[in-house]
Amino acid sequence: MASPANRRSGSNKKAQLGVFTGYVLAGAGVLLGAALLAISLLRPGTFTDLRTVAGDAVSPVGEAGAEARTGSRNVFEAVAAYYRAGSRNAALQEEMRVARVRLAEAEALRQENVRLKAVLGLTEEEAKPVAVARLIGSTSSSARRIGYLSAGRADGVRRGMPVSSPMGLVGRILEVGERSSRVLLLTDSESMVPVRRATDNVIAFAEGRSDGSLRLRLVNLGINPIKEGDVFVTSGSGGLFRPGIAVAVATEITRDGAIARLLSNPAATDVVVVEPIWQPDAAAVLGTAPPERGEASGGD
Amino acid sequence: MEQLNPRARRDPFGSRINRTQSSLLAYGLPWVTIMLGSLTPWLPIIAPAPLLPPLGFMLLLAWRLLRPGLLPLWAGLPLGLFDDLYSGQPLGSGVLLFSLSLFAIEVIEARFPWRNFWLDWLTASAMLTVYIALAALFSGAALTLVQFTVIIPQLLLSIVLFPIIARAVAMLDRLRLMRVRRID
Repeated sequence: MASPANRRSGSNKKAQLGVFTGYVLAGAGVLLGAALLAISLLRPGTFTDLRTVAGDAVSPVGEAGAEARTGSRNVFEAVAAYYRAGSRNAALQEEMRVARVRLAEAEALRQENVRLKAVLGLTEEEAKPVAVARLIGSTSSSARRIGYLSAGRADGVRRGMPVSSPMGLVGRILEVGERSSRVLLLTDSESMVPVRRATDNVIAFAEGRSDGSLRLRLVNLGINPIKEGDVFVTSGSGGLFRPGIAVAVATEITRDGAIARLLSNPAATDVVVVEPIWQPDAAAVLGTAPPERGEASGGD
Repeated sequence: MEQLNPRARRDPFGSRINRTQSSLLAYGLPWVTIMLGSLTPWLPIIAPAPLLPPLGFMLLLAWRLLRPGLLPLWAGLPLGLFDDLYSGQPLGSGVLLFSLSLFAIEVIEARFPWRNFWLDWLTASAMLTVYIALAALFSGAALTLVQFTVIIPQLLLSIVLFPIIARAVAMLDRLRLMRVRRID
Protein backbone atom coordinates (compact mmCIF):
# COMPACT_ATOMS: atom_id res chain seq x y z
CA MET A 1 0.00 0.00 0.00
CA ALA A 2 1.43 3.38 -0.96
CA SER A 3 0.96 6.41 1.23
CA PRO A 4 -2.16 8.37 0.30
CA ALA A 5 -1.96 11.22 -2.19
CA ASN A 6 -3.21 13.84 0.23
CA ARG A 7 -0.03 13.45 2.29
CA ARG A 8 2.08 14.71 -0.62
CA SER A 9 1.68 18.45 -0.45
CA GLY A 10 3.32 19.13 -3.83
CA SER A 11 3.48 22.79 -4.78
CA ASN A 12 0.27 23.73 -2.96
CA LYS A 13 1.36 26.50 -0.58
CA LYS A 14 -1.53 25.96 1.84
CA ALA A 15 -0.94 22.22 2.06
CA GLN A 16 2.77 22.77 2.62
CA LEU A 17 1.99 25.17 5.47
CA GLY A 18 -0.40 22.66 6.98
CA VAL A 19 2.24 19.92 6.96
CA PHE A 20 4.77 22.35 8.43
CA THR A 21 2.38 23.37 11.24
CA GLY A 22 1.78 19.71 12.01
CA TYR A 23 5.51 19.12 12.43
CA VAL A 24 5.87 22.21 14.62
CA LEU A 25 2.99 21.15 16.87
CA ALA A 26 4.32 17.59 17.13
CA GLY A 27 7.79 18.91 17.97
CA ALA A 28 6.22 21.08 20.66
CA GLY A 29 4.48 17.95 21.96
CA VAL A 30 7.82 16.14 22.28
CA LEU A 31 9.40 19.07 24.13
CA LEU A 32 6.39 19.46 26.41
CA GLY A 33 6.43 15.73 27.15
CA ALA A 34 10.12 15.84 28.04
CA ALA A 35 9.55 18.86 30.30
CA LEU A 36 6.55 17.26 32.05
CA LEU A 37 8.50 14.03 32.52
CA ALA A 38 11.45 15.89 34.05
CA ILE A 39 9.14 17.76 36.41
CA SER A 40 7.25 14.66 37.50
CA LEU A 41 10.45 12.67 38.04
CA LEU A 42 12.06 15.43 40.09
CA ARG A 43 8.93 16.46 42.00
CA PRO A 44 6.63 13.41 42.02
CA GLY A 45 3.72 15.15 43.76
CA THR A 46 3.24 17.93 41.20
CA PHE A 47 0.42 16.51 39.10
CA THR A 48 -1.46 14.69 41.84
CA ASP A 49 -4.62 16.79 41.44
CA LEU A 50 -4.86 16.12 37.72
CA ARG A 51 -4.57 12.37 38.22
CA THR A 52 -7.00 12.18 41.09
CA VAL A 53 -9.66 14.16 39.22
CA ALA A 54 -9.20 11.82 36.26
CA GLY A 55 -9.45 8.85 38.60
CA ASP A 56 -12.67 10.11 40.15
CA ALA A 57 -14.18 10.47 36.68
CA VAL A 58 -13.89 6.81 35.75
CA SER A 59 -14.03 5.08 39.13
CA PRO A 60 -17.79 4.25 39.01
CA VAL A 61 -17.21 2.18 35.86
CA GLY A 62 -14.22 0.46 37.42
CA GLU A 63 -16.20 -0.34 40.52
CA ALA A 64 -18.85 -2.15 38.50
CA GLY A 65 -16.06 -4.18 36.88
CA ALA A 66 -14.55 -5.01 40.27
CA GLU A 67 -17.88 -6.41 41.43
CA ALA A 68 -17.96 -8.61 38.35
CA ARG A 69 -14.44 -9.84 39.15
CA THR A 70 -15.44 -10.81 42.68
CA GLY A 71 -18.51 -12.59 41.38
CA SER A 72 -16.72 -14.53 38.69
CA ARG A 73 -14.00 -15.65 41.07
CA ASN A 74 -16.62 -17.12 43.35
CA VAL A 75 -18.16 -19.01 40.44
CA PHE A 76 -14.79 -20.60 39.59
CA GLU A 77 -14.22 -21.43 43.21
CA ALA A 78 -17.63 -22.98 43.47
CA VAL A 79 -16.95 -25.23 40.48
CA ALA A 80 -13.49 -26.14 41.73
CA ALA A 81 -14.90 -27.06 45.13
CA TYR A 82 -16.75 -30.03 43.65
CA TYR A 83 -13.45 -31.69 42.86
CA ARG A 84 -11.96 -33.72 45.69
CA ALA A 85 -14.89 -32.83 47.93
CA GLY A 86 -14.68 -36.07 49.92
CA SER A 87 -10.97 -36.11 50.71
CA ARG A 88 -11.09 -32.37 51.34
CA ASN A 89 -13.90 -32.92 53.81
CA ALA A 90 -11.96 -35.49 55.81
CA ALA A 91 -8.86 -33.31 55.86
CA LEU A 92 -10.90 -30.32 56.98
CA GLN A 93 -12.52 -32.25 59.82
CA GLU A 94 -9.10 -33.32 61.05
CA GLU A 95 -7.87 -29.73 60.78
CA MET A 96 -10.94 -28.50 62.61
CA ARG A 97 -10.28 -30.80 65.59
CA VAL A 98 -6.74 -29.44 65.89
CA ALA A 99 -7.93 -25.89 65.40
CA ARG A 100 -10.49 -26.19 68.20
CA VAL A 101 -7.75 -27.09 70.64
CA ARG A 102 -5.61 -24.24 69.39
CA LEU A 103 -8.52 -21.85 69.69
CA ALA A 104 -9.01 -22.74 73.32
CA GLU A 105 -5.32 -22.19 73.93
CA ALA A 106 -5.44 -18.86 72.13
CA GLU A 107 -8.41 -17.78 74.20
CA ALA A 108 -6.49 -18.57 77.37
CA LEU A 109 -3.52 -16.61 76.07
CA ARG A 110 -5.74 -13.67 75.18
CA GLN A 111 -7.15 -13.53 78.66
CA GLU A 112 -3.70 -13.72 80.14
CA ASN A 113 -2.62 -10.95 77.81
CA VAL A 114 -5.48 -8.71 78.88
CA ARG A 115 -4.64 -9.38 82.52
CA LEU A 116 -0.94 -8.62 82.06
CA LYS A 117 -1.70 -5.46 80.10
CA ALA A 118 -4.06 -4.34 82.83
CA VAL A 119 -1.27 -4.89 85.33
CA LEU A 120 1.08 -2.76 83.23
CA GLY A 121 -1.56 -0.07 82.72
CA LEU A 122 -1.49 -0.32 78.94
CA THR A 123 -4.70 0.55 77.16
CA GLU A 124 -5.69 -1.53 74.18
CA GLU A 125 -5.97 0.72 71.16
CA GLU A 126 -8.29 -1.00 68.77
CA ALA A 127 -7.60 0.44 65.30
CA LYS A 128 -10.98 1.43 63.92
CA PRO A 129 -10.96 1.17 60.14
CA VAL A 130 -11.36 4.44 58.26
CA ALA A 131 -13.08 2.93 55.28
CA VAL A 132 -13.91 -0.39 53.71
CA ALA A 133 -13.50 -0.27 49.95
CA ARG A 134 -12.94 -2.26 46.83
CA LEU A 135 -9.62 -2.60 45.04
CA ILE A 136 -10.75 -1.70 41.52
CA GLY A 137 -7.75 -2.21 39.30
CA SER A 138 -4.04 -1.74 38.97
CA THR A 139 -1.51 -0.31 36.56
CA SER A 140 -1.20 -3.63 34.81
CA SER A 141 1.02 -2.47 31.94
CA SER A 142 3.38 -0.07 33.69
CA ALA A 143 6.52 -1.00 35.61
CA ARG A 144 5.06 0.76 38.65
CA ARG A 145 2.64 -1.18 40.83
CA ILE A 146 -0.16 1.15 41.78
CA GLY A 147 -3.70 0.06 42.56
CA TYR A 148 -6.95 2.00 42.37
CA LEU A 149 -9.25 2.05 45.38
CA SER A 150 -12.95 2.94 45.42
CA ALA A 151 -12.78 5.27 48.43
CA GLY A 152 -11.42 8.78 48.67
CA ARG A 153 -11.34 11.95 50.68
CA ALA A 154 -15.12 11.88 51.10
CA ASP A 155 -14.76 8.60 53.01
CA GLY A 156 -12.01 9.96 55.25
CA VAL A 157 -9.07 8.43 53.41
CA ARG A 158 -5.83 10.41 53.68
CA ARG A 159 -2.33 10.00 52.29
CA GLY A 160 -0.08 7.41 53.90
CA MET A 161 -2.84 5.32 55.46
CA PRO A 162 -2.18 1.58 55.42
CA VAL A 163 -4.43 -0.61 53.29
CA SER A 164 -4.89 -4.21 54.34
CA SER A 165 -7.06 -7.19 53.59
CA PRO A 166 -8.01 -10.01 55.97
CA MET A 167 -5.01 -11.91 54.56
CA GLY A 168 -2.48 -9.20 55.30
CA LEU A 169 -1.03 -5.87 54.27
CA VAL A 170 -1.76 -4.68 50.72
CA GLY A 171 -0.07 -1.29 50.55
CA ARG A 172 -0.48 2.32 51.50
CA ILE A 173 -2.45 5.26 50.13
CA LEU A 174 -0.38 7.29 47.67
CA GLU A 175 -2.78 9.88 46.26
CA VAL A 176 -6.32 10.71 47.34
CA GLY A 177 -9.15 11.87 45.10
CA GLU A 178 -12.65 12.83 46.10
CA ARG A 179 -14.06 9.29 45.83
CA SER A 180 -11.17 7.22 44.55
CA SER A 181 -7.53 6.93 45.52
CA ARG A 182 -4.30 5.36 44.37
CA VAL A 183 -2.59 2.70 46.45
CA LEU A 184 1.15 2.03 46.38
CA LEU A 185 1.13 -1.77 46.40
CA LEU A 186 3.77 -3.59 48.44
CA THR A 187 5.36 -5.03 45.30
CA ASP A 188 6.16 -1.59 43.85
CA SER A 189 9.91 -1.03 43.86
CA GLU A 190 9.42 2.27 45.73
CA SER A 191 7.58 0.56 48.57
CA MET A 192 9.49 -0.33 51.72
CA VAL A 193 7.93 -1.70 54.88
CA PRO A 194 9.69 -2.38 58.19
CA VAL A 195 8.92 -5.99 59.19
CA ARG A 196 9.92 -8.53 61.79
CA ARG A 197 9.69 -12.30 61.98
CA ALA A 198 6.40 -13.30 63.58
CA THR A 199 8.06 -15.62 66.08
CA ASP A 200 10.91 -13.43 67.33
CA ASN A 201 12.60 -10.10 66.80
CA VAL A 202 14.54 -10.62 63.58
CA ILE A 203 13.89 -7.27 61.90
CA ALA A 204 14.15 -6.50 58.22
CA PHE A 205 12.93 -4.22 55.47
CA ALA A 206 10.52 -5.59 52.87
CA GLU A 207 11.14 -3.98 49.49
CA GLY A 208 8.96 -4.49 46.44
CA ARG A 209 10.53 -6.23 43.44
CA SER A 210 7.74 -5.38 40.98
CA ASP A 211 7.52 -9.00 39.85
CA GLY A 212 5.03 -9.95 42.54
CA SER A 213 7.52 -10.84 45.26
CA LEU A 214 9.26 -8.94 48.03
CA ARG A 215 12.91 -8.73 48.94
CA LEU A 216 13.61 -8.93 52.67
CA ARG A 217 16.79 -7.18 53.75
CA LEU A 218 17.98 -7.84 57.27
CA VAL A 219 18.85 -4.82 59.36
CA ASN A 220 21.43 -6.65 61.44
CA LEU A 221 23.82 -8.30 59.05
CA GLY A 222 25.65 -11.40 60.12
CA ILE A 223 24.53 -14.98 60.03
CA ASN A 224 21.24 -15.07 58.16
CA PRO A 225 18.70 -16.59 60.56
CA ILE A 226 15.78 -16.69 58.11
CA LYS A 227 14.46 -20.06 57.05
CA GLU A 228 12.08 -20.90 54.25
CA GLY A 229 8.48 -20.59 55.40
CA ASP A 230 9.13 -17.91 58.03
CA VAL A 231 6.23 -15.48 58.25
CA PHE A 232 6.97 -11.77 58.53
CA VAL A 233 4.65 -9.16 60.07
CA THR A 234 4.87 -5.38 60.28
CA SER A 235 7.12 -4.26 63.11
CA GLY A 236 5.47 -0.90 63.73
CA SER A 237 8.65 1.11 63.42
CA GLY A 238 8.21 4.25 61.37
CA GLY A 239 4.79 4.73 62.94
CA LEU A 240 2.87 4.15 59.72
CA PHE A 241 1.71 0.54 59.99
CA ARG A 242 0.46 -0.87 63.27
CA PRO A 243 2.58 -3.83 64.39
CA GLY A 244 1.46 -7.36 63.70
CA ILE A 245 -0.13 -7.13 60.24
CA ALA A 246 0.95 -10.15 58.21
CA VAL A 247 3.09 -9.21 55.20
CA ALA A 248 4.95 -12.06 53.55
CA VAL A 249 6.37 -15.55 53.85
CA ALA A 250 10.00 -16.24 52.96
CA THR A 251 10.42 -18.58 49.99
CA GLU A 252 14.07 -18.30 49.01
CA ILE A 253 17.06 -17.41 51.16
CA THR A 254 19.56 -14.88 49.84
CA ARG A 255 22.85 -13.61 51.22
CA ASP A 256 21.44 -10.58 53.05
CA GLY A 257 17.89 -11.76 53.69
CA ALA A 258 15.32 -13.55 51.62
CA ILE A 259 12.89 -13.38 48.73
CA ALA A 260 9.36 -13.53 50.08
CA ARG A 261 5.92 -14.17 48.69
CA LEU A 262 3.10 -11.76 49.54
CA LEU A 263 0.50 -13.16 51.90
CA SER A 264 -2.34 -11.00 50.62
CA ASN A 265 -2.02 -11.34 46.88
CA PRO A 266 -3.75 -8.20 45.55
CA ALA A 267 -5.10 -10.19 42.62
CA ALA A 268 -7.20 -12.29 44.99
CA THR A 269 -8.23 -9.33 47.11
CA ASP A 270 -11.49 -7.55 46.51
CA VAL A 271 -12.56 -5.82 49.70
CA VAL A 272 -9.82 -4.06 51.63
CA VAL A 273 -9.76 -2.01 54.82
CA VAL A 274 -8.14 1.41 55.05
CA GLU A 275 -6.74 1.88 58.54
CA PRO A 276 -5.65 5.10 60.19
CA ILE A 277 -1.95 5.85 60.45
CA TRP A 278 -0.79 4.02 63.58
CA GLN A 279 1.23 6.80 65.24
CA PRO A 280 0.51 9.97 63.22
CA ASP A 281 2.81 12.16 65.32
CA ALA A 282 5.76 9.79 65.08
CA ALA A 283 5.17 9.27 61.37
CA ALA A 284 5.08 13.04 60.80
CA VAL A 285 8.33 13.53 62.69
CA LEU A 286 10.05 10.68 60.86
CA GLY A 287 8.72 11.91 57.54
CA THR A 288 7.17 8.57 56.66
CA ALA A 289 3.76 10.17 56.16
CA PRO A 290 3.96 13.78 55.01
CA PRO A 291 0.74 15.55 56.06
CA GLU A 292 -1.04 16.24 52.77
CA ARG A 293 1.22 17.32 49.96
CA GLY A 294 4.83 16.67 49.10
CA GLU A 295 6.85 13.85 47.68
CA ALA A 296 4.59 11.21 46.24
CA SER A 297 7.10 8.39 46.38
CA GLY A 298 7.19 6.83 49.78
CA GLY A 299 10.43 5.27 50.94
CA ASP A 300 10.56 4.93 54.68
CA MET B 1 -34.55 -2.63 -8.76
CA GLU B 2 -35.31 -3.07 -5.05
CA GLN B 3 -37.89 -5.73 -5.92
CA LEU B 4 -35.28 -7.82 -7.68
CA ASN B 5 -32.61 -7.42 -5.03
CA PRO B 6 -33.21 -5.50 -1.80
CA ARG B 7 -29.48 -4.97 -1.37
CA ALA B 8 -28.95 -3.54 -4.84
CA ARG B 9 -28.33 0.00 -3.63
CA ARG B 10 -26.26 -1.03 -0.64
CA ASP B 11 -22.60 -1.80 -0.21
CA PRO B 12 -20.68 -2.98 2.89
CA PHE B 13 -20.87 0.56 4.26
CA GLY B 14 -24.66 0.76 4.11
CA SER B 15 -27.19 2.29 1.75
CA ARG B 16 -25.74 4.45 -0.98
CA ILE B 17 -28.88 6.51 -1.35
CA ASN B 18 -29.72 9.36 0.99
CA ARG B 19 -27.00 8.39 3.45
CA THR B 20 -23.49 9.62 4.06
CA GLN B 21 -20.67 9.10 6.55
CA SER B 22 -20.81 10.93 9.83
CA SER B 23 -17.70 13.05 10.25
CA LEU B 24 -17.96 12.67 14.03
CA LEU B 25 -17.73 8.89 13.72
CA ALA B 26 -15.15 8.96 10.92
CA TYR B 27 -12.72 11.23 12.74
CA GLY B 28 -13.69 10.54 16.35
CA LEU B 29 -13.58 6.74 16.47
CA PRO B 30 -9.76 6.42 16.43
CA TRP B 31 -9.46 8.89 19.30
CA VAL B 32 -12.18 7.19 21.34
CA THR B 33 -10.78 3.68 20.87
CA ILE B 34 -7.23 4.75 21.76
CA MET B 35 -8.51 6.49 24.89
CA LEU B 36 -10.51 3.40 25.85
CA GLY B 37 -7.31 1.39 25.41
CA SER B 38 -5.58 3.76 27.80
CA LEU B 39 -8.18 2.94 30.43
CA THR B 40 -6.97 -0.69 30.80
CA PRO B 41 -5.65 -0.04 34.34
CA TRP B 42 -9.29 0.23 35.41
CA LEU B 43 -10.05 -3.26 34.17
CA PRO B 44 -10.70 -5.54 37.13
CA ILE B 45 -7.29 -7.17 36.81
CA ILE B 46 -4.85 -6.63 39.63
CA ALA B 47 -1.54 -7.76 38.29
CA PRO B 48 1.37 -8.51 40.61
CA ALA B 49 3.76 -7.70 37.76
CA PRO B 50 3.45 -5.63 34.57
CA LEU B 51 1.64 -8.12 32.42
CA LEU B 52 -0.92 -6.50 30.14
CA PRO B 53 0.33 -4.97 26.90
CA PRO B 54 0.10 -1.17 26.65
CA LEU B 55 -3.24 -1.26 24.80
CA GLY B 56 -3.56 2.49 24.29
CA PHE B 57 -0.20 2.68 22.58
CA MET B 58 -0.85 -0.44 20.50
CA LEU B 59 -4.16 0.97 19.26
CA LEU B 60 -2.40 4.22 18.36
CA LEU B 61 0.18 2.27 16.36
CA ALA B 62 -2.47 0.17 14.65
CA TRP B 63 -4.58 3.19 13.63
CA ARG B 64 -1.54 5.12 12.48
CA LEU B 65 -0.19 2.24 10.38
CA LEU B 66 -3.59 1.40 8.90
CA ARG B 67 -4.65 4.95 8.03
CA PRO B 68 -1.73 7.32 7.59
CA GLY B 69 -2.91 10.89 7.85
CA LEU B 70 -6.07 10.15 9.82
CA LEU B 71 -4.46 11.02 13.13
CA PRO B 72 -2.59 14.33 12.97
CA LEU B 73 1.09 14.29 13.78
CA TRP B 74 0.46 16.13 17.05
CA ALA B 75 -2.04 13.49 18.27
CA GLY B 76 0.64 12.10 20.59
CA LEU B 77 0.31 15.12 22.87
CA PRO B 78 -3.36 14.79 23.94
CA LEU B 79 -3.45 10.99 23.71
CA GLY B 80 -0.21 10.60 25.64
CA LEU B 81 -1.45 12.98 28.31
CA PHE B 82 -4.65 10.96 28.70
CA ASP B 83 -2.65 7.74 28.91
CA ASP B 84 -0.40 9.23 31.59
CA LEU B 85 -3.39 10.06 33.80
CA TYR B 86 -4.17 6.38 34.25
CA SER B 87 -1.10 4.34 33.35
CA GLY B 88 0.79 4.88 36.61
CA GLN B 89 3.77 6.27 34.71
CA PRO B 90 5.00 9.72 35.72
CA LEU B 91 3.11 12.40 33.81
CA GLY B 92 4.93 13.29 30.60
CA SER B 93 6.30 9.85 29.81
CA GLY B 94 3.32 9.05 27.57
CA VAL B 95 3.33 12.51 25.96
CA LEU B 96 6.99 12.15 25.06
CA LEU B 97 6.87 8.51 23.91
CA PHE B 98 3.60 8.84 21.92
CA SER B 99 4.87 11.96 20.13
CA LEU B 100 8.25 10.46 19.38
CA SER B 101 6.74 7.27 18.00
CA LEU B 102 4.45 9.21 15.65
CA PHE B 103 7.55 11.00 14.39
CA ALA B 104 9.38 7.70 14.00
CA ILE B 105 6.54 6.19 11.96
CA GLU B 106 6.57 9.28 9.76
CA VAL B 107 10.28 8.72 9.07
CA ILE B 108 9.83 5.00 8.47
CA GLU B 109 6.98 5.72 6.06
CA ALA B 110 9.06 8.21 4.10
CA ARG B 111 11.81 5.59 3.84
CA PHE B 112 9.51 2.66 2.90
CA PRO B 113 6.47 4.15 1.10
CA TRP B 114 5.22 0.74 0.00
CA ARG B 115 4.27 -1.19 3.07
CA ASN B 116 2.75 -4.58 3.76
CA PHE B 117 1.61 -6.54 6.78
CA TRP B 118 5.07 -7.91 7.65
CA LEU B 119 6.69 -4.50 7.51
CA ASP B 120 3.89 -3.06 9.66
CA TRP B 121 4.32 -5.83 12.21
CA LEU B 122 8.09 -5.35 12.22
CA THR B 123 7.63 -1.60 12.69
CA ALA B 124 5.14 -2.12 15.49
CA SER B 125 7.38 -4.70 17.20
CA ALA B 126 10.36 -2.37 17.10
CA MET B 127 8.27 0.52 18.41
CA LEU B 128 6.78 -1.61 21.19
CA THR B 129 10.22 -2.83 22.26
CA VAL B 130 11.55 0.69 22.51
CA TYR B 131 8.33 1.96 24.14
CA ILE B 132 8.19 -0.70 26.86
CA ALA B 133 11.91 -0.41 27.63
CA LEU B 134 11.81 3.39 27.81
CA ALA B 135 8.58 3.37 29.81
CA ALA B 136 10.25 1.10 32.38
CA LEU B 137 13.23 3.45 32.39
CA PHE B 138 11.02 6.52 32.87
CA SER B 139 8.75 4.87 35.45
CA GLY B 140 10.80 6.19 38.34
CA ALA B 141 11.15 2.67 39.72
CA ALA B 142 14.58 1.49 40.79
CA LEU B 143 16.08 -0.31 37.82
CA THR B 144 17.34 -3.78 38.57
CA LEU B 145 17.89 -6.90 36.55
CA VAL B 146 14.58 -8.22 37.89
CA GLN B 147 12.75 -5.29 36.26
CA PHE B 148 14.03 -6.23 32.86
CA THR B 149 13.27 -9.91 33.20
CA VAL B 150 9.76 -8.91 34.26
CA ILE B 151 9.04 -6.81 31.16
CA ILE B 152 10.12 -9.50 28.69
CA PRO B 153 6.88 -11.54 28.96
CA GLN B 154 4.90 -8.32 28.58
CA LEU B 155 6.89 -7.40 25.49
CA LEU B 156 6.46 -10.81 23.87
CA LEU B 157 2.74 -10.75 24.60
CA SER B 158 2.45 -7.28 23.05
CA ILE B 159 4.27 -8.32 19.89
CA VAL B 160 2.19 -11.46 19.48
CA LEU B 161 -1.01 -9.56 20.17
CA PHE B 162 -0.33 -6.77 17.68
CA PRO B 163 -1.75 -8.51 14.57
CA ILE B 164 -4.98 -9.17 16.46
CA ILE B 165 -5.20 -5.52 17.50
CA ALA B 166 -4.46 -4.47 13.92
CA ARG B 167 -7.25 -6.76 12.72
CA ALA B 168 -9.66 -5.33 15.27
CA VAL B 169 -8.72 -1.83 14.19
CA ALA B 170 -9.39 -2.79 10.56
CA MET B 171 -12.89 -3.89 11.60
CA LEU B 172 -13.37 -0.64 13.51
CA ASP B 173 -12.22 1.19 10.39
CA ARG B 174 -15.09 -0.40 8.47
CA LEU B 175 -17.45 0.74 11.22
CA ARG B 176 -15.90 4.20 11.02
CA LEU B 177 -16.84 4.55 7.37
CA MET B 178 -20.43 3.33 7.69
CA ARG B 179 -22.98 5.65 6.13
CA VAL B 180 -25.01 6.49 9.18
CA ARG B 181 -26.02 10.10 8.58
CA ARG B 182 -29.23 10.85 6.67
CA ILE B 183 -29.01 13.59 4.06
CA ASP B 184 -32.06 15.81 4.28
